[in-house]
Amino acid sequence: MFETADQIFVLLKHWLVGLLPMALQPVAGVVVSVAAIVCFFPALFALTTVFERKGLGRIQNRIGPNRTGPFGILQPVADGIKSLTKEDIVPLSADGAVHFLAPLVLVVTVFMGFAVLPMGRNMVLVDMDAGLLFYFAIGASTELSVFMAGWSSRNKYSLMGAMRAVAQMISYEVALLLSSVAVVMISGSLSLTKIVEAQNHYSFGLPHWYIFTPWGFAGFVMYAIATTAETNRSPFDLPEGESELVAGYHTEYSGFKFALFFLGEYLAMFSISGLGTTLFLGGWSAPFSFLTWVPSWFWFFSKLMLSIFVFIWLRGTLPRLRQDQLMNFAWKFVLPMCLLNLLVAGLWRFMGDGWLRWVICSAILVAAYVGLGWEEMRRMHIGARSYRYAE
Amino acid sequence: MSFAFYLVSALTVAGALAAVLLKNTVHCALALTVAFAGLALLFLQLDAQFAGFAQILVYIGAVAILVVFAILLTRGSETPKDGGIFSRTWLAGLAVAAAVFAMLGWAVLQSEPGLPRATPAPTVTVGEIGVALMGRYVLPLEIVALLLTAALIGAVIVAMHEKEGTK
Repeated sequence: MFETADQIFVLLKHWLVGLLPMALQPVAGVVVSVAAIVCFFPALFALTTVFERKGLGRIQNRIGPNRTGPFGILQPVADGIKSLTKEDIVPLSADGAVHFLAPLVLVVTVFMGFAVLPMGRNMVLVDMDAGLLFYFAIGASTELSVFMAGWSSRNKYSLMGAMRAVAQMISYEVALLLSSVAVVMISGSLSLTKIVEAQNHYSFGLPHWYIFTPWGFAGFVMYAIATTAETNRSPFDLPEGESELVAGYHTEYSGFKFALFFLGEYLAMFSISGLGTTLFLGGWSAPFSFLTWVPSWFWFFSKLMLSIFVFIWLRGTLPRLRQDQLMNFAWKFVLPMCLLNLLVAGLWRFMGDGWLRWVICSAILVAAYVGLGWEEMRRMHIGARSYRYAE
Repeated sequence: MSFAFYLVSALTVAGALAAVLLKNTVHCALALTVAFAGLALLFLQLDAQFAGFAQILVYIGAVAILVVFAILLTRGSETPKDGGIFSRTWLAGLAVAAAVFAMLGWAVLQSEPGLPRATPAPTVTVGEIGVALMGRYVLPLEIVALLLTAALIGAVIVAMHEKEGTK
């Protein structure tokens, strides 16, 4: 019973593929898996938009969408119809081909990232030896689509937004990679399934997730900061800061192309949250050993949605950063901490078991955090608070 | 030589040709990216996962972006007004590209007799590459690291100097 519930999607796929003749089965297996990913995540995207608007509404003390269907649950359907029936305007001076290709490149590359994510026990499309490397390689290509969109629109705001986005993504990608490298150092593998297996142990009923170690916790914090910047989410949403840049690199997109950008951004959020779950939060493993009877995919998607909730919460809470603050934060705080974290991970690996490594590794990280933070604050020359009132 | 090989090769060659022939510099950069992607796919077809993904990560994720930035910052992105999408100096561009290719090809062909012939295709995993880099090739790796660090510091110093001058 437990086995069936855990493997239900795998069994379903095998049953579907089994209906076809033998020669077609390998191809059909891939097609079915890809179709499942391509159908499921946009559906999740539709639900998340309602969830986000409702959540933001609650944070800002308003009601949020409640006109379409019970509790506004049909809002994404209305949005979809709207974006499909809207006129698709391409500026006269825009570069037609590049303008057309940009949203496609974004959505396609983002979808490819899902191929290596283990979404449950035996639920991974391609179990690659270098899965993590594949993920980052694909993730790096999305920057180009942002540039294509901004440049081809022939609009100052679009170009500014694209330049900001690319500069920000490159800066934070370094932090993203370095914080993940610590996990690779400890687990000794680039394969995401093996990284999950390495965390799927329990002692005293508690899991061995990497977030519950000093280096893992520091790495996860850095990873979370880098992913927020990488997906252009608030407080790092300068590339589409509406008060300065209209809508950033997708100012000149309308109708379904705009919807594709929207979809691409949310899908990137899902896939990068999924990767964070896999690297630090134990992937599909249960949070307590007595809960292992719950299907593995349930845990993966619970953790994914929890990360999405944190993204929404941050968006409703934090103000936007300034461009120089953004860059200073990336290069002068996150990057040194990531490099130090690599050293600490190495120390953790070679100090053997025992309580001593917990104390030493935690002490190094906390000292660096406090010291760096203090130094940065001192350099900013923040004086006494001053007030100005309108006459 | 499978069908996929011909498809990927056609894509790569088309991208490279477009990079030489097109007039708009940004178009050239984007076409070059297509050629990079094609090369990465060729690596993957040869079961060289690490080389393929590193190609995508470094060339598409970093080099292409750098090229594009350089073009935009040097005002090369403005589209020339006189019609046609092809560059007028395409012949010169093609000649330079062909000369470089001939040079590389010649070098490769010259070094061929030194290589052992008809060895079975090795199966190299990422782990083995890591072990080789940290063991046998650790000195070249460290030299490259030193070189890159020097370049990084140099770039920072150049940028800092400029800032001081404007103050």
